[in-house]
Amino acid sequence: MTRRSNRREQALAISSLLLIGCLWELLAVILHSHTLPTPAKVAMVFWQAVISGELPYHLAVTLGRMLISFAIAMSLGCAIGIWLGRNRSADAFFDNWLVIFLNIPALVTIILCYVWFGLEEWAAILAVVLNKLPNVVVSIREGARTLSKDLLEMAEAYRFSRRKTFVHVIWPQLHPFVMTATRSGLSLIWKIILVVELLGRSNGMGYQLHLFFQLFDVASLLAYTFAFVMVIQLIEMLILKPLDNKARSWRR
Amino acid sequence: MSAIQIDISDKSYQYDGHTVRTISKLQLQVNANEFVCLVGPSGCGKTTLLNIVAGLDSQFHGHITINHDGPKPHLGYVFQSPRLLPWYTVRKNIELVLCGLPPAELIDSLLAEMQLTEVQHFYPERLSLGMQRRVAIIRAFAINPDVLLMDEPFVSLDAPSARQIRTLLYSLWLQRPHTVLFVTHDLREAIALADRLIFLTPKPMQIVADIPVGIARMERNDAGKIEAFREHLLQDFPIINRFL
Repeated sequence: MTRRSNRREQALAISSLLLIGCLWELLAVILHSHTLPTPAKVAMVFWQAVISGELPYHLAVTLGRMLISFAIAMSLGCAIGIWLGRNRSADAFFDNWLVIFLNIPALVTIILCYVWFGLEEWAAILAVVLNKLPNVVVSIREGARTLSKDLLEMAEAYRFSRRKTFVHVIWPQLHPFVMTATRSGLSLIWKIILVVELLGRSNGMGYQLHLFFQLFDVASLLAYTFAFVMVIQLIEMLILKPLDNKARSWRR
Repeated sequence: MSAIQIDISDKSYQYDGHTVRTISKLQLQVNANEFVCLVGPSGCGKTTLLNIVAGLDSQFHGHITINHDGPKPHLGYVFQSPRLLPWYTVRKNIELVLCGLPPAELIDSLLAEMQLTEVQHFYPERLSLGMQRRVAIIRAFAINPDVLLMDEPFVSLDAPSARQIRTLLYSLWLQRPHTVLFVTHDLREAIALADRLIFLTPKPMQIVADIPVGIARMERNDAGKIEAFREHLLQDFPIINRFL
């Protein structure tokens, strides 16, 4: 029964993708416009960009930036979030800062970083980190606030070291919040990073998209977009989903 | 071998702008390898007292001394709720409290005695409350404690399960004796287990009676003996009735 319903769901998912393809093809044929190439045209452009090595290069550059800024934002955000969640006076003091940083538009942070620090690689990374950090802090702080006092007391009574308490008692409780921050973080970062690259870098997906915009090259634009979406999907499927499943296995 | 010296002159906390006094002038000496039951009404501050002895609560006036030869005494604590880590299996929960290499045979034998061998690789949330409580008891015994604190470990269990775990607990303790502070408000349970009964008043908590239980250890399973002792106790110390 489950296997059959699984198959049914898969069939539905595939047919919905096919439907998008058909609609796109149909529109492209009817409109017959330079600004809406057919799926076949985009696929060809995609393939050429892949074998020329251009697409893999820019994709790798962007992914590298993503990885670095993501790692910095997550680790810093976790540390600050836990601190604020466990320390009331620190939380009261820094709460306003968080609200301010949360509400500064991403574009403003990016422009300021470039204006103040120049069109440098690390200024670009800093801009992404600053945009992402407040979200991580808020979500981890929420988790740190709701840590079970019962379990912390248990750890204390059984003389757990600080490290042991963190690894075995605190981190598993924060895990769902970390996963939420990771998910929302990835989608946020990859939107921001394109703008960062568009405004101040001479390589990466954002830079390329800017180029295609100036050339009105919609086929390349779509080809690059697909590459990006596919990579993000792969990260979700190959890294995040398994992590999630592993962490949920104990739940009833 | 650990004896506990409790001397608390005052334990209070602030609630809604008022000072609530939980414990005042409480002195209690627990001898090494003695099983002491603290009996008192709900909310009288027994859990607070155990937390103070465990070192979880340092906001009080007074001293707790655990006389112990050798390095720091091992302390086992069975809380009122099982407090197992839900993300680890039963076995991992027990192994975690042991420092260094967990002795597999000890855990195996404890699991077998508590009849949990079958479920040792289950996650706690898949077990009944009674089973979870047994795991919590094993966890406390596994560290080979010098001092064992137990806070109503059988509360909210049905009478047969409570009796079964109580018997298991008692036989474990007879095999590996250590100093026990056991909180309960069930007088029969206290008589079945304790060397000494300490009766406590509602807040601010004080000791009203300190009564040794003169029933031989082999006869603690005899419900008649327990009942007779209880009748006597209530006749001789009518004041106890007011606090049960």
